[in-house]
Amino acid sequence: MDVEAVKQLGTALAIGLGAIGPGIGIGIIGGKAMEALGRNPEAESSIRTTMILAIAFAEAIAIYALVVSLILKFT
Amino acid sequence: MIHISIKPEIVFHFLGFPVTNSLITSTSIVIVFFILSVYFYYASMSGHSKLVFFVRFLISKLYDLFKPISKEKTDELFPFFASLFLFIILSNWLGLFPGVGSIIIREGTETIPLLRGSTADLNTTLGLGLTAFVLIQFYGFKFLGFNYLKKFISLGNPIAFFTGILEIISEFSKIISFAFRLFGNIFAGEVLITVVAFLIPALASFPFLVLEIFVGFIQALVFSMLAAVFISVATAEHH
Repeated sequence: MDVEAVKQLGTALAIGLGAIGPGIGIGIIGGKAMEALGRNPEAESSIRTTMILAIAFAEAIAIYALVVSLILKFT
Repeated sequence: MIHISIKPEIVFHFLGFPVTNSLITSTSIVIVFFILSVYFYYASMSGHSKLVFFVRFLISKLYDLFKPISKEKTDELFPFFASLFLFIILSNWLGLFPGVGSIIIREGTETIPLLRGSTADLNTTLGLGLTAFVLIQFYGFKFLGFNYLKKFISLGNPIAFFTGILEIISEFSKIISFAFRLFGNIFAGEVLITVVAFLIPALASFPFLVLEIFVGFIQALVFSMLAAVFISVATAEHH
């Protein structure tokens, strides 16, 4: 394999593998938030803000992988 | 081929310093911000216009947002959080404006965009991250004195010594995570919109623009909330 092909593979693998963990994490966060909402519907607004914050944390991991693959791709 | 560059392009040199297109955008945001606040100051002195009420509404909503996090220290810390939030949200949304990224100028042999969303540049977000980092340490020292260092350096027992080293590392990793979270989200949004507009020229990128407005708001919120949470952790008395 030449360098260009390996670079392309690395780009795809970085974001592809990096999206697995955050995907699972965001799924768990959303599911748990809905569970909490079902138990305690009047706490909706505070559940929503903390859920969005937690999702942003989980999503940040995917964004790191994306930054790595963007750097590989465009430099 | 579509034009995507991960680093900002140098538009001209000013006194030997390179001026990039994202620096032009962030400077113009600062100037607009400054003019608005001076105008707000004089308008609120002389009477009540719609703008005064709107700005007061926004600021009181922001205050309610940060009040539960930093509690009795809110009055001292709120100006930093609010200006962080407003600067980031304005930068994020200005990057979506028509004209930003689409006004092209010729520089030598290649063409570069004149304006670029300022948070789609790692330098800006790294600067914001460093500011937040320095202020976290500053308020830690201010509220706890030299007790603040106990978290990092403790020679009592080996486990506390080891967790102190881990604390130091995690303190520095905050800069990287601040910078890359904001940069990654906004730059990825710009790339997404560019690629979709390249694939389907008309109307297809509209839903993504709406999504990016939402993402810009969420990222500004997350950045300032995280700064608030970290400062309240650093200033809390620990036992």
